Amino acid sequence: MAIKKFAVAAYDDEEVLFPAVKKVRSSGYKIHDIYTPFAVHGLDEAMGLKGTDLHIAGFIYGLCGTSTAVGFISWIFCSDWPIIYGGKPHFALPAWIPITFELTVLFAAVGMTLTFCYLNQIMPGVKKHVFHPRQSDDLFVMAIEINSHMSEQETTAFLKATGAKEVNVQMAEAGWWYGRWDKKEPYEALNAG
Amino acid sequence: MNDRFEIPARLRNTSLFLIVVGIAALVGGIACLAMSHNDVERARFWAVLLHDSVFFLLITTVSIFIQAAVSLAQGSWLVAYRRVPEAIGANVWVFGTIAAVVMFMIVFTFKDANGVNTIYKWVTEAEPGKDKILFGKKVFLNKGMFVGFTLVTVALWSFFGRKFRAMSIAQESAPKNDTKIYWKVFRLSGLFLLVYALTQMSTGPWLWIMSVQAHWYSTLFSWYTFASAFVSGMSLILLWVVYLKNQGNLELVTKEHMHDLGKFMFAFSIFWTYLWFAQYMLIWYSNQPDETFYFKMRQQGPYSIIFYANFIINFCMPILILMARPSKRNYFTVTFMAMVIIFGHWLDYFQMVMPGPLGENWHINWYEIGIFMGFAGILIFCVSRTLTKSSLVPANNLLLKETVVHLS
Repeated sequence: MAIKKFAVAAYDDEEVLFPAVKKVRSSGYKIHDIYTPFAVHGLDEAMGLKGTDLHIAGFIYGLCGTSTAVGFISWIFCSDWPIIYGGKPHFALPAWIPITFELTVLFAAVGMTLTFCYLNQIMPGVKKHVFHPRQSDDLFVMAIEINSHMSEQETTAFLKATGAKEVNVQMAEAGWWYGRWDKKEPYEALNAG
Repeated sequence: MNDRFEIPARLRNTSLFLIVVGIAALVGGIACLAMSHNDVERARFWAVLLHDSVFFLLITTVSIFIQAAVSLAQGSWLVAYRRVPEAIGANVWVFGTIAAVVMFMIVFTFKDANGVNTIYKWVTEAEPGKDKILFGKKVFLNKGMFVGFTLVTVALWSFFGRKFRAMSIAQESAPKNDTKIYWKVFRLSGLFLLVYALTQMSTGPWLWIMSVQAHWYSTLFSWYTFASAFVSGMSLILLWVVYLKNQGNLELVTKEHMHDLGKFMFAFSIFWTYLWFAQYMLIWYSNQPDETFYFKMRQQGPYSIIFYANFIINFCMPILILMARPSKRNYFTVTFMAMVIIFGHWLDYFQMVMPGPLGENWHINWYEIGIFMGFAGILIFCVSRTLTKSSLVPANNLLLKETVVHLS
């Protein structure tokens, strides 16, 4: 990924956060992300996030599971090793339904879990930049990317005016990477000064 | 807020028209019964009445069940349109009375030319020299048991249906935030669920429907009929809610509440399929002749169209159409699916009842459709009358605020 410059604003109240989100968006700033200690209802709508397509992925995984089960079992019992069990036909579909169902659920569940982790950039052994140590404790932290066309001072002043308790500018890795939490990353030295 | 419902002339005329069609079909049926010497035609007259009266009794009783289940779980999502299941539940006695009369007429008066009751064969054939298997089941399958269980079941359902509505209306005039009625409803809900489990989920369908082919039995049968009734009962509630919303009532009901009902229709269609398939697969797999004859007639015999239509209408359509979130929040889709589901489960009950008495001579013709329309007319007439009698918003209900902010 890429190391970028962010303006980071920390709010200590939901009631300040919501108007701030509205103001930031209507002034044309692009919100990178907001980190909250708990699920805040309505924040996704206020941020203008689109609904997830995770369930469509789940449907496709389920179809893969169904076809894997039916295809594999029918290959075994109709072509590879046909045996007559209990006077049933080789293509004994009703007997396979429970396994087909289980495989559908298994594929959908495992596939959706991995997709969920990918979309949210969480995985064992994977690291993401933490903008504020209190973002999982008692502060609502908003990060705005500062590109070369934007003024650092203007942006921070603007965020301060929206009611932020703390505002600073950080260099941060925007994506996720393999790493350990007890080890400093080289780019973090950029924030030291 | 528009919390009173007045029956629009169009709804009243529709319900009266449907009742007239039903009565015309019934009169036509009686005329055929009087003129016909064909035993199958005579059995058809009663079998259709049995099918429709039991179907409507079971789908209306679901309204009492869902009130009790939600009250016991202290759920608030139903409260916004609580008056609808209440009004349907308060009219269970109508369908209970009709069903009881029809069934008692069949048990006590119906015989073919040979003196055999071809619908409930156990009435006449359970004798040592006649039918050994039915004689063995005589301890349970006899007139006394049938009448006793039916009367008790119908009486209890009618009582609870009216009681829940009465308590909910009493809450309106109770002191604000008074919890006395709330906990009374809570306790009676638990009691009703017990009653329901011992009637709808066991003896009721055994006696009323499964005993039509009394040689065959399935321990899953009552659960399966319950699933069928439940999903169509929820669809029935949904149709009323959509209708009332179109009339400008039920302003508290939002898409979130519709989404809940849509979820129930979707999830319990799959639950129905699970039971339908579980019953089928075990019999198919073990392949015992005394069990497979039931499905041979339905799947490979004259009823195969209904058997597969049943699967497509009640499983494939709901799972594919109602799976996506937007379709559960779309008034057109849920209304359309509710009608499809009610029709599908009507067909499901049709194939439970008809193969026994009619064999391959089944029809879905003027008589079947006319009687169905008649029952639908009675339902619309009674429920709309009950809805006018109280405010549609359960004011003073302790969970009213919670239901307004409910997110599905």
